[in-house]
Amino acid sequence: MRVFQQSFKFLALTVLVFLSTTVYAQSSHHEDGGQIDTREEVDAYIAHHLQDSHDFTFFSYTNDEGERKHAGFPLPMILWSSEGLVTFMSSEFHHNDDGHVIVEKNGLKFAKIHSKIYELEAGATAVNFDAEHHATNGARVLDFSITKSVVGILVIGLLMFFWFVRLAKQYKTKTIPTGFGRVLEPLVLYVRDEIARPNIGEKHYRKFTGYLLTVFFFIWLLNMVGLTPLGFNVTGQIAVTACLAIFTLIIYAVSGNKDFWMHILWMPGVPILIRPILAVIELVGTFIIKPFSLLVRLFANITAGHTVIMALIAIMFVMKDTLGVAGATGLSFILSVLIMFIEVLVAFLQAYIFTMLSALFIGMAVAEHDHEHDHKIVDTEDVRSDFV
Amino acid sequence: METLLNDFSPGLFAVQTVLLLLLIFLMVKFAWKPIISSLTEREEGIQGALDAAEKARREMANLQADNQKLLQEARLERETMIKEARELKTKMIAEAEAEAQVQANKMIIQAQAAIESEKKAAMAELKSQVAGLSLEIAEKVVRNELSNKDKQLELVESMLGEATLN
Repeated sequence: MRVFQQSFKFLALTVLVFLSTTVYAQSSHHEDGGQIDTREEVDAYIAHHLQDSHDFTFFSYTNDEGERKHAGFPLPMILWSSEGLVTFMSSEFHHNDDGHVIVEKNGLKFAKIHSKIYELEAGATAVNFDAEHHATNGARVLDFSITKSVVGILVIGLLMFFWFVRLAKQYKTKTIPTGFGRVLEPLVLYVRDEIARPNIGEKHYRKFTGYLLTVFFFIWLLNMVGLTPLGFNVTGQIAVTACLAIFTLIIYAVSGNKDFWMHILWMPGVPILIRPILAVIELVGTFIIKPFSLLVRLFANITAGHTVIMALIAIMFVMKDTLGVAGATGLSFILSVLIMFIEVLVAFLQAYIFTMLSALFIGMAVAEHDHEHDHKIVDTEDVRSDFV
Repeated sequence: METLLNDFSPGLFAVQTVLLLLLIFLMVKFAWKPIISSLTEREEGIQGALDAAEKARREMANLQADNQKLLQEARLERETMIKEARELKTKMIAEAEAEAQVQANKMIIQAQAAIESEKKAAMAELKSQVAGLSLEIAEKVVRNELSNKDKQLELVESMLGEATLN
C-alpha cells in the first residue's frame, strides 16, 4: 500500500510540477478559431493529434475576446540546422502549426508545418507552398526536440524504473512483496514464464528476459497513457516502433548461432540450385519482413485505435444536426466507451504480441537444431505468422 | 507509404534509441537482475522445501514399512516357536509313553520270569516235600502193615488226611 501511495504521490508530483511551472495561455493564429464541426475539420484534427507535438497542451479554449487559449506548457526545441545546434522553447511558435510563424535564431529562420520543423532558405521571409501544400523554400532539419512523445517516454521510463527498483528492493527484506509490488510480480513472472521461457527455450531465455521485460512494460504503459486524455501517442509514432523493432532485429542478428545463419544463407536439405534463391528469401524475411511486421503492427494498431476513438467522439459534432445534440452525444458516448474497453485490451495485446514475437524471433536465432527437417516447418509457420 | 515515411522523424528515432538503450541498461542492472534472481531463489527454496518434505515422507513410509516387516517377522517367529514347542511337547510325550511302555513291558517280563522261577522253586520244594511225606507215609504204612492190618489202614487214612491239609 505504501509503495502504491508513494508512486501515486510521485505521479501527482510530476503532473503538478508540469502544471505549476508552465500553465500558460497564449493566443494563437489558428484560423479554425477552435471550432471543429465539419468532417474535414475532424479529419484534420485527428491527423494533427496522431502526430508528435512540440507543446504539451492539456486543453484549449476560446475566451470571451474570441482569442484561442491553450493550457499546457512549452517544450524545448533542439534542432540540428545547417549552422549547427539551435535550441529555443516551443512557445516561440505560438502553437502555430502551418508555417505562418517564423522563428529567427542564429540568423536562421524556422517554420513549423504539421509538427515538422523546416529551415527556410537564406533570404526567404515566408514559407512558399506548392499545390500539394509542400514547402518549396525550406528543408527539414534534424529535430532532437523534447517533444510530447519524448516526455511520455521519459515519464514512463522513470515510472517503470521507480516501480521495479522498489520491487527489487522489497525482495531484500522479504520473499513475498507487499502492496503494489504484488501487482507487478505476477506480470514479471508472466513475461518470464509465458513469453520468454517457452519461445526462447530453457537454455537461453535468461539472457533475453531483461530486454523482453523492458519492452513489454514500455509498450504496455505507453499504450495505456495513450488512452488517457493526456493525449500521448508515443507507440503510434513510427519512429518509436521502428526503434523497438530494430532493437529486436539487432538482438536476434547478434545472438544468432551457426545454425541460424546456415539456414538463412545455405539452407541444408534442399537442392543446391534452390539454395541461393532461398537465401535471398530468407535474408529478406529475416532482416526486412520480420522487423517491418513488428513495427507496422504496433504502429497501425495504436494509430487505428486513436483514430477510431476520436472519430467516435467526433460523432457528437458531425451528427449534431441529424440526431440532435442529446442523440449525437449519447451515441458517441456509448460507442466510445465500448471501443475504449477494446482499446484497453488492445493496449495489452499489442505489448504482448510485440514481446512474444520478439521472443519467438530470438528463440529461432538461438535454437539448437537436432533434426534438420524440423526447421522448414518452423519457418513456414513463422512466415505465415508474419503476415497475419 | 509516402505519408508514413514523411511522418518518420529521424530525430525522434535517435532520441528514442538513446532513451531505450538507457532504460534497458538501467532496468536490467537495477530492477530485472535483482528481481529475477530473487524470484529464482524463492522458487528454488520452495522446490527445495517440497523435495525435502517428499523425502521425509518417503523415509517415513520406508520406516513404517520396515516396522511392519519387523512386526511381521516377529509374529512369524513366535508362531514358529510355538509350533516347534508344541511339536516338541508331543514328541516328548510320545517318547515318554514309548519308553514307559518299554519299561513296563520289561518289568512285566521280569515279573513273569520271577513268578515263573518262584513257581518252579515252589514246585520243586513241594515235590521234595511230597516225596519226603510220601517216604514217611510209606515208612509208617510199611511199619503198620507189618503190625496190624487194620491199624495200618487207619494210619494210611489219617496220614492222607494230614497230607491233604498240608
